[in-house]
Amino acid sequence: MILLELFAAFFQIALFSVGGGYAAMPLIRNQVVQVHGWMSMSEFADLLTIAEMTPGPIQLNAATFAGMRVAGVSGALCATLGAVTPSLVLVSLLALVYRRYGNLSVIRGTLGYLRPAVVALIASAGLDVLMLVLFDGQRPAIAHLDVLGAALFALALLLLRRFSPIAVMVACGVLSLAAGLLFGAG
Amino acid sequence: MKRKKGAMLVRLFGAMLTISACTFGGGFVIVSLMKRKFVDEYGWLEESEMLDYTAIAQSCPGAIAVNAAILVGWRMGGAAGMIAAVAGTVVPPLAIMMLISACYEAFAANPYVAMVLSGMQAGVAAVLCDVVLSMGRGVLAQRSAVRIAVMAAAFVAVHVLHVGVAQVILGAAALGALLSAAGKGADA
Repeated sequence: MILLELFAAFFQIALFSVGGGYAAMPLIRNQVVQVHGWMSMSEFADLLTIAEMTPGPIQLNAATFAGMRVAGVSGALCATLGAVTPSLVLVSLLALVYRRYGNLSVIRGTLGYLRPAVVALIASAGLDVLMLVLFDGQRPAIAHLDVLGAALFALALLLLRRFSPIAVMVACGVLSLAAGLLFGAG
Repeated sequence: MKRKKGAMLVRLFGAMLTISACTFGGGFVIVSLMKRKFVDEYGWLEESEMLDYTAIAQSCPGAIAVNAAILVGWRMGGAAGMIAAVAGTVVPPLAIMMLISACYEAFAANPYVAMVLSGMQAGVAAVLCDVVLSMGRGVLAQRSAVRIAVMAAAFVAVHVLHVGVAQVILGAAALGALLSAAGKGADA
């Protein structure tokens, strides 16, 4: 039954994520961390990190990662199948409509209102990752502030103006390792 | 003829396999690589066709890369083409992530790897912050009170009231469909 749950979870994620990888992220967190408890928030943050560093759409990366952790290879396959199925149906349908009417204005209009909501959802999930980085999942208070995490976050934000996300993340990883080796526990 | 189609399917699968294996950074990058391959290199599609496919792929739910692969595959080789293209897109992330997650527990338990990962988490947080700021600025720049209200309401609903993500998406989509059917959303 766990296989069916994996399929259904990633089916739902794919069905409701419009507009690329970052739009899927809050849905993945919702299903994988909050609804099913397959991963902790920290593991989810690792998943985001890994997905950002590896090729392929985040929905598929997340499906394989979660599926493997919960039910091995068959879990990964079922979750991936779930992530692809809504596309198979909906894209074929929309392509048909498009070919017949050649007009996507209502769909475009709908998407125009979906985008602000998607931004808000990404902000919400991003804020949770930021809280994890700044306070190690503890209550947000100055006493719990992870100085290294905060410094790296600020530095990364600056570096992103000039460099690609992957380069920035590699730099953060290297700096964190260096700091950990120099000052003991990071 | 049959052999020709078989060869085309293999090429389609191979093209999507290499594109998917080499693409970092999400759907928009992959679509432009597909354009280069299928329009410029193979000459299978017209440029305008690829642009239409991109629009449809972005408008549909799901991974943009998968959506685009479905459209190109369907156009080139019917159902068999679709399966070949989607399989090519799916195999690289599946294989790579299987390998990584098999090693993840041993990896994450290693103190040095944990240090690197926790630093990278700070990087991811910054990337997300950057995405939100630039997308949010895009929404604000449209100077539409309704859209800004949708953005604020969605944030409060999810982050404060803990409404489900799917419900928020459905709500915004329903509102958008109503408004654009009423003719107010044509500027989107």
